[in-house]
Parts: sequence; structure tokens; C-alpha cells
Amino acid sequence: MNETLIFLLDQIKSVIQFHPVILKGLGMTIVVSLIGIVVGGIVGFALGVGRASSYKALSFLIGAYTDIFRGTPVLVQLFVVYFILPQAGVELDSFTAGAIALSNISACFVSEIVASGIRAIPVGQLEAAAASGLSRFQRLRLIMLPQATRMIVPSLVGQFVLLVKDSSVVSAIGLLELTRSGWIVVQSIPNGLLVFSVIGVGYFVICYPMLYWSRKLEKKH
Amino acid sequence: MNLSLNFRVIGETLPDFLTGLTATVTISLAAFVGALVVGVIACAMSLQTPRYLRAPAVVYVDIIRATPLLAQLYFLYFGLPSFGLMMPEIMVGIIAFSLNSGAYVSEIVRSGILSIPRGQLEASAASGMSYLQQMRLIILPQALRPMVSPLIGQAIVLVKDSSLLSLISVLELTRAGQTLAINRFMPVEGLATTAVCYLIIYYGLKLMAYAWGRFNQVGATR
Repeated sequence: MNETLIFLLDQIKSVIQFHPVILKGLGMTIVVSLIGIVVGGIVGFALGVGRASSYKALSFLIGAYTDIFRGTPVLVQLFVVYFILPQAGVELDSFTAGAIALSNISACFVSEIVASGIRAIPVGQLEAAAASGLSRFQRLRLIMLPQATRMIVPSLVGQFVLLVKDSSVVSAIGLLELTRSGWIVVQSIPNGLLVFSVIGVGYFVICYPMLYWSRKLEKKH
Repeated sequence: MNLSLNFRVIGETLPDFLTGLTATVTISLAAFVGALVVGVIACAMSLQTPRYLRAPAVVYVDIIRATPLLAQLYFLYFGLPSFGLMMPEIMVGIIAFSLNSGAYVSEIVRSGILSIPRGQLEASAASGMSYLQQMRLIILPQALRPMVSPLIGQAIVLVKDSSLLSLISVLELTRAGQTLAINRFMPVEGLATTAVCYLIIYYGLKLMAYAWGRFNQVGATR
């Protein structure tokens, strides 16, 4: 018993020695996720407004586009960006490829959330707003968005948790983020439970507050 | 970029893709059943009053939801052998996916049960029903209906998640496409075929959810 304990303590010590790699990975996970949240949020918001608009063709096109990415694994999308875009002459490193793939999938999910938030607003309100002489843009800004925002924020936060977790897949193309750093450490310290518990704590620290926040928001409404 | 697809290669490697498709479907189905079992148990525990039953279920759901599946998969893949537990990669995958989706299933089942007004439970208790009778006769028949669509949604997530098994060298759909992409330098052909296979499953499941919704609407208006 004593020997195993000493062995375990040794392993914990060596995991601690690897902290520069793990911290670097944690930083990269945060950076790549933030890019996905910001870019995906902005693009997804625009797509969502288009999806909920009365232009049938536009709405259909956006729906078809987002469906393709919602129906395929992030890993496959990542491979598409990383292996196929270079064939079209766009040279990408794993960071750029990861950022593109994550922003895109994030935009697709955000688009559907925003669209369903807008659709949930009763038609009567829009008609009333139009009758009061508000322009199309004013109706969007003053009537639809304030109400839709309240409805969609909890789902958006939940979606961004999924995005942080999806960023772990970028390790597959060799980007040194948190999961990849665990993969590197486990090659030298063959204790998967210990190493990936540490990695798990890293993700937990980022994701749990977001989950907690989204639950709180959901309860409020 | 040469956009003309080489269909001959797709034809040649079609057996690989069929094996991959079968594996993806089998793994997802097995994990879905596992997730239902895990989810129902976790949910039943989280609805109990004693803390020693509730706390483990809540902690389990929170840990799973706040960490990525890939890290959980590596946790088991690199971790189980240190217990002397050697098992095929597919089994590790099915266990990891069952535990992961189980947490989400638990939440789905929970919100289904909690959607039933509390008065019904009290009334059935007052009529002298035992806890199991209350669940079986009053709550579950009503709670099952709103669970179906989210459960199909979870099945879609599972199918997509199973792609991660390609990273621990299980031959499923993504691996089949990856092999064609990397070994034979045909990324477009390989990944397009993979994506199409996933989309077929996705739209199939989506259609099921849609049909279920329609079926219920018809039932409700009658």
C-alpha cells in the first residue's frame, strides 16, 4: 500500500512538472473557443435573422446550409477544412483550420437558436409595430430583438459550453490545446486516469460556471 | 482545384464504407441502449430525497456535462489498462458513449417526469398507490411522450460523437473516409462520401422526430 502511494505521489509530481504544456494547452483551448464564440456568434446571429425572415429562398438556403453542418460530426468538418481547403490553394495551419471549423459550426447552431427565438414572437406584435409606422429595421431592433434575446441567451450559453467541449476535437489535427496536452503528457506518464482527470479539471473550470449561469437564466424565465 | 470526383475510387472503396457505416450504426445503437439504462438509473437517483442517493447522480451529470467527450474517451482508453482492464477499442467507446449520453438522457427523462403536475403524484399517493405504481401507472405513461423528440436528438448526437472512435483507430465511417483521404490522397472523395453517409442517418432520424410530432398532433386534435 505504502509503495503504491509513493508511486502515485511520484506520478503526481511528474504531472506537475508538465504544467507548462498543460497551461499552454488550456490557454489555446480558451483562445480557440473564444474565436468560435465571437465569430460564430456574430455570423450566426446574421444567419438567424435571415433564417427567420420572410424571404423564403434565403431562409431555405440558410436552413440547408446549417443542416449540413448540424448533421455531420465536427471531426469530419475539421478534416474537410484541413485537408480539402489546401487543395483549393488555401494553406492552413492547424490553428486557423480549427478556428474556421469551430466558428462555422458555432454559427450554424447559433443561427437556429436565434431564428427560433425570433419566430417565438407573436405575429400580432410585428403587425402592431408595422401599423405604428416603425420601419423594418426599427421593428427588428426595438420589438423583436429585445424579446428574442431574453429567450435565446440561456440556449446560447449552453451552446457555447458545447463549443468549448468541441474544441477538444481540434487536437486531432495536432493543435496543442488542452486535450492534446493531456495526450502528450500521457505518453511520458502512463497513468491515463490521473492525467485526464487533470485535463478534465481544466475543462470543468471553464464549462461549469457557464452551465451554472445558463441554468440560472433558464430558471429566471 | 480539380473538382471532378473520382467515382471509380468511391466504388472501389465502397465495401470499406459499408463496414464503417455498419460499425457506426451498431456502436451508436449499443451506446444508445447503454445510455438509456444509465440515464434512467441516474435520473431515478436524482429524484430521491436522501442525499446519499441524489448527490452522486448530480455530481455525475455535472462532471460529464462540463468535460468534453474526447477527454472522457481518452480517460478510459489510457486509464483502464492501469487497472489491468484490457478491452477492444470498440468496447471502450461504447462504455464512454453510454456514460456520456447517459448524463444527457438523465436530464431528458428528469424534465419529462417533472413536467407532470405534482398534484397527480399527491392524488395517486392519496389513492393508496405505492411509489412504483405511481411511476408505472400515472407518471411514466404521460412523461414518455415529451421525451421522444429530445431522445431522438440525443441519438443524432451519439451518431456524430461516434466519429471520435476513429481517433483510437476503430474502423467506422470517419475512419473509412480518413483512410481514403490520407492513404490514397483523395480527401474530397473520402470525406464527401463520409459526410453523405452521416447526413443520410441524420435526415432519417430527423424525419422520425418529425413524423412523431405529426402523429402526436393528429392524436391531440381528435
